[in-house]
Amino acid sequence: MTIVSGLPHSSRPLASRSGSSRMNHRSVAVDRLASPRPRPFEVVVWLLPAVAYFVFPDNLALGVSIMTYAVAVLALDLVLGYAGIVSLGHAAFFGIGAYSAGLLAANGWREPLTGLLLAGAASVVIGFFASFLVVRGKDLTRLMVTLGIGLVVYELANRLSSITGGMDGLSGFEVSPIFGVFAFDLYGKTAWWYVYGVSLVVFIFLRFVVSSPFGLSLRAIREGVNRMPALGASVNSRLRIAFTISAGVAGIAGGLLAQTTQFVGIDSLSVPRAAEFLVMLVLGGTGRLYGALAGTAIFMIAHDYLADIDPVYWEFWMGLLLMAVVLFARGGIVGALFNLVPSLKARFGRAAQ
Amino acid sequence: MASNIIGILFDGLAYGSLLFLVGVGLSITMGLMNFINLAHGAFAMAGGYVSVYLGQKLGMSFLLTLPFAFLGSALLGLVAERLLFQRLYKATHLDQVLFTVGFVFSSIAAAHYFFGASQQMSAMPDFLQGQTRVAGVDLGKYRLLLIAVVAALTIALHLTLSKTRFGAQVRAAVDNQDAAAGLGINVGLIFSLCFALGTGLAGLGGALGIEVLGLDPGFPLKYMVYFLLVVVVGGAGTIRGPLIAAMILGIFDVAGKYYVPEAGAFIIYVLMIVLLLAFPSGLGGKRA
Repeated sequence: MTIVSGLPHSSRPLASRSGSSRMNHRSVAVDRLASPRPRPFEVVVWLLPAVAYFVFPDNLALGVSIMTYAVAVLALDLVLGYAGIVSLGHAAFFGIGAYSAGLLAANGWREPLTGLLLAGAASVVIGFFASFLVVRGKDLTRLMVTLGIGLVVYELANRLSSITGGMDGLSGFEVSPIFGVFAFDLYGKTAWWYVYGVSLVVFIFLRFVVSSPFGLSLRAIREGVNRMPALGASVNSRLRIAFTISAGVAGIAGGLLAQTTQFVGIDSLSVPRAAEFLVMLVLGGTGRLYGALAGTAIFMIAHDYLADIDPVYWEFWMGLLLMAVVLFARGGIVGALFNLVPSLKARFGRAAQ
Repeated sequence: MASNIIGILFDGLAYGSLLFLVGVGLSITMGLMNFINLAHGAFAMAGGYVSVYLGQKLGMSFLLTLPFAFLGSALLGLVAERLLFQRLYKATHLDQVLFTVGFVFSSIAAAHYFFGASQQMSAMPDFLQGQTRVAGVDLGKYRLLLIAVVAALTIALHLTLSKTRFGAQVRAAVDNQDAAAGLGINVGLIFSLCFALGTGLAGLGGALGIEVLGLDPGFPLKYMVYFLLVVVVGGAGTIRGPLIAAMILGIFDVAGKYYVPEAGAFIIYVLMIVLLLAFPSGLGGKRA
């Protein structure tokens, strides 16, 4: 079997426990995003939001929130899709970033870009300390520890209501114009370009990380954690670095949310929010960055339509969707697409010959 | 002061008993199939709603509804296991987590649809209300019943697992599934029965616990952490581990809420992280 132009043949994001070592081997060997040069489809994907900006000028707010959450889901993809750590506490870092950005603006630091960087830095610091706890355990313990971290941060924000506003959330802060020129307007145009720019920069950074030797070693840890020490790689320190980076990126996403909506609700820290991130990621497909983007977009658009009808039904359909994805579409939507391309190529290639 | 402490210990034990009752089924199923079931609370909720429904619509007394809560949840668990969960035993933990989280969301929405969003009450019979004086300390009658029921069930469960043929098969399957299957034990059937038993007990706990835990559609999510804690801290696959963990959690939670109410659930979460890091494979567990 020949490998067609480096496109992935097998793309199972998480190896099933055994019996698929052949597939795992291949999915590590064929590196999807290893080349630093963008592929044509990547340029197209990143032009899509710009097209949407002009085609759907009435839905700019939805676009802003899609891109904001996409950054958070990308952060989750780094730890879950690449490093293989199931985190149920990622909303904690998202929320820490959101509260940091909000509190900075509320206390007079209104410059958005430095505010965003500081929000990311706050999440990096907390994420760094949390990472020591997270990597200690195995599978289930890890899951519970991330869940515990999420719950502790939520309770803290809830109890420190004099600072965070508690259940009412944090509001009444304003953000200065970007570069001192572009003020945030009522229609969300500035916010849109701001979030678009930041998410593109974050994406390029993450794409660089996952295609670096470090990113490859994360995937190797995910596929065979016992073999990595034999290669001289320190598993725990790599996982800690990945977790810390991911926390920082999630914090930047939270900062974007705070700055563009000028409101931080306590639900941005909650476990259901973390579960939503998971759903978006799995819907799109783990371990391929573009899955995070597609999953977030589809989830948010579906949410926008269905939650209008009835929020209770929405939860039901989301649960059903999640179960269906797990049972029938393991690689998510992007995984299914990527699997389709080589098989189509093979079919039509043969026909052409 | 002393009676205060005894009161807190007593309330903590009653609360811990409930956590144990719901969590023990989870422990067995996790230990047996290494299956992470975040949806266990949904079956507890189902038991609670069965009890409330029978009490309100058919006017049955609270105690009479309890067996039905057990049977209803056990039946639901059996069906769900056969139709859905058993497909995931060989899947990754991530898939199991996602699937069961999806199940929780759907069950919350379903409960909301059928029973509304409000908190449900159970009609306590008169003789369970109020307090009784034991050795100079006032103890709630209902909480005494809780502890008594759970103590009796624990002994029954222990005897079932240690003395009966079924129990021996369960223990064999927990220890080594492949070897047990090789000896002719139908591990799939054993697991279905364990799952039904576990969800039944959870349903009983959900019904018994309406007074303490409350009952609304958010129940599976609200208490998910507690039930998981009982199992993960106690160690999956045993009865003793979750029992100890449930009592520790119950007492610390009640004491925390009494002495430092401003800390809220904070204490329990920190305790959980500390216990998890100190005992990565659980207090009484054999495996991580």
